[in-house]
Amino acid sequence: MLCEQCKQAPATVHITQVVNDVRREMHLCEQCAAQVTGDLGLSWPTFSFNKLLGGLLAPDSVTGLAGAPATGGRCPNCGLSFADYRRMGLLGCSQCYETFDRQLEPVLRRLHGNTVHTGKVPLRQAGRLRIERELERLRQELQEAIGKEEYERAAVLRDRIRMLEKQQQSARSGG
Amino acid sequence: MSLRDILSRPVSQWMKGQGPDRDVALGSRIRLARNLRGLPFPAVADEHQAAEVVRQVREAVSQSPELRGMLFVPMESLSPLERQLLLERHLISPDHAREGGRKAVVLREDEAVSVMVNEEDHLRIQALMPGLQLAAAWELADKVDDALEQYLPYAFSEQRGYLTACPTNVGTGLRASLMLHLPALVSTGQINRIIQAVGRFGLVVRGLYGEGTQALGNIFQFSNQVTLGHTESDIIQHLINVTRQVIDQEREARQMLLRRDKMALEDRVARAYGTLAHARVVSSQEALQMLSDVRLGIDLGILDGLKPEILQELLVAIRPAHLQMRTGRELSPAERDVLRAALIRERIAVRS
Repeated sequence: MLCEQCKQAPATVHITQVVNDVRREMHLCEQCAAQVTGDLGLSWPTFSFNKLLGGLLAPDSVTGLAGAPATGGRCPNCGLSFADYRRMGLLGCSQCYETFDRQLEPVLRRLHGNTVHTGKVPLRQAGRLRIERELERLRQELQEAIGKEEYERAAVLRDRIRMLEKQQQSARSGG
Repeated sequence: MSLRDILSRPVSQWMKGQGPDRDVALGSRIRLARNLRGLPFPAVADEHQAAEVVRQVREAVSQSPELRGMLFVPMESLSPLERQLLLERHLISPDHAREGGRKAVVLREDEAVSVMVNEEDHLRIQALMPGLQLAAAWELADKVDDALEQYLPYAFSEQRGYLTACPTNVGTGLRASLMLHLPALVSTGQINRIIQAVGRFGLVVRGLYGEGTQALGNIFQFSNQVTLGHTESDIIQHLINVTRQVIDQEREARQMLLRRDKMALEDRVARAYGTLAHARVVSSQEALQMLSDVRLGIDLGILDGLKPEILQELLVAIRPAHLQMRTGRELSPAERDVLRAALIRERIAVRS
């Protein structure tokens, strides 16, 4: 795609501007973009990432489809609507993730290439989940160790797995 | 130790340590975004709700044995100058330094750990280490996170992980950053190509003071972009793997500069040193450029008798609020340039 302003250089900067729910897209080369953003009273270094993101979250630019229209629904906890979110680029509270789960799914996929968390789990809130993840990891390591014929390491891993399995059982019977 | 004592130290304690790869890697930073379940995020919270977050965090810090000795500082108790000092020391963000709202910061005495309360998220836990020590910084942040979690109801979902105000941070809430000094990649014109290349590997490159700042003094901050769907250690390892190559390329470019025209490089370093050792008026931009050249000279053995940490120390010490603190009164920009020159002369004249 060529820059829509100078029609010479390739368009490498794609700007979606949402002002009062009116959307405007621009596809520009770096040079023209610098000029345009300057004209908008923005300069690149101070360009607000949140606002830019808010712009990107207009449904069709996320999925390439018309997508779900911004529902009139509001988060029952904080009162935020999805349109508010698009404008600010920020959610209102932790419950917004449930309220707007369907709309957020494609956003997350686009931002992260993933939608499911695999990292740290809070100790107190989800001790069981943490043990499960750890077990999963250890079992995988055990397979690798056996594959590489590293039997000493495998023995250590096996013992840790047994210990965690016991913990898991006592956690289950306890709660 | 009080906040005044901390701020009156010329250099953050954590900076004094010696980290690996320090000829290129100036510092490592880990940031974790966390929120409290149910309470509105800071951007939409009302005064009362924001104050409630501050209260809960204060309570947690005072109760946790692991956090004993950390300083809890409400932002409204600070003067504009003190807020600026914290910003210049990388302990708070520009947004957090701005007036208004119920905000706080929790500091460890050596300034290696800070927790911003009510920034974009309820909690932004940060750990800083010199050199390339991302794994160690992560361990530190992880411990503080565990300690806080004992007392605070974190917003967490099994599917989405730690829930954050901006979906760009959701999941691990982890932003790992490495601060690199890349003068040779800049002067051999390779830096833009490298910034583009690391972008393809999911890294973002920013200037010295984070989002929206320019790369002054040839210092660049490399960070991960993706926070969801990978474990913390995978994210950190990936950042290390990619930046490791940038570090190697910078070293190669330095050797190339030496091979190609040693005299020109020595001249550039010596001129920068000469300017800093004798100038009477130095703008902050000029200082950063000259200090970068001097540091390059130290790392390549062209200048001796100077400590490499002088770059990081002066990067902070020559900023407006730090200069103002030294004189104890407000300074005009022209006065600052004079004072800055004097300070650098004094610090750099350790060579007899």
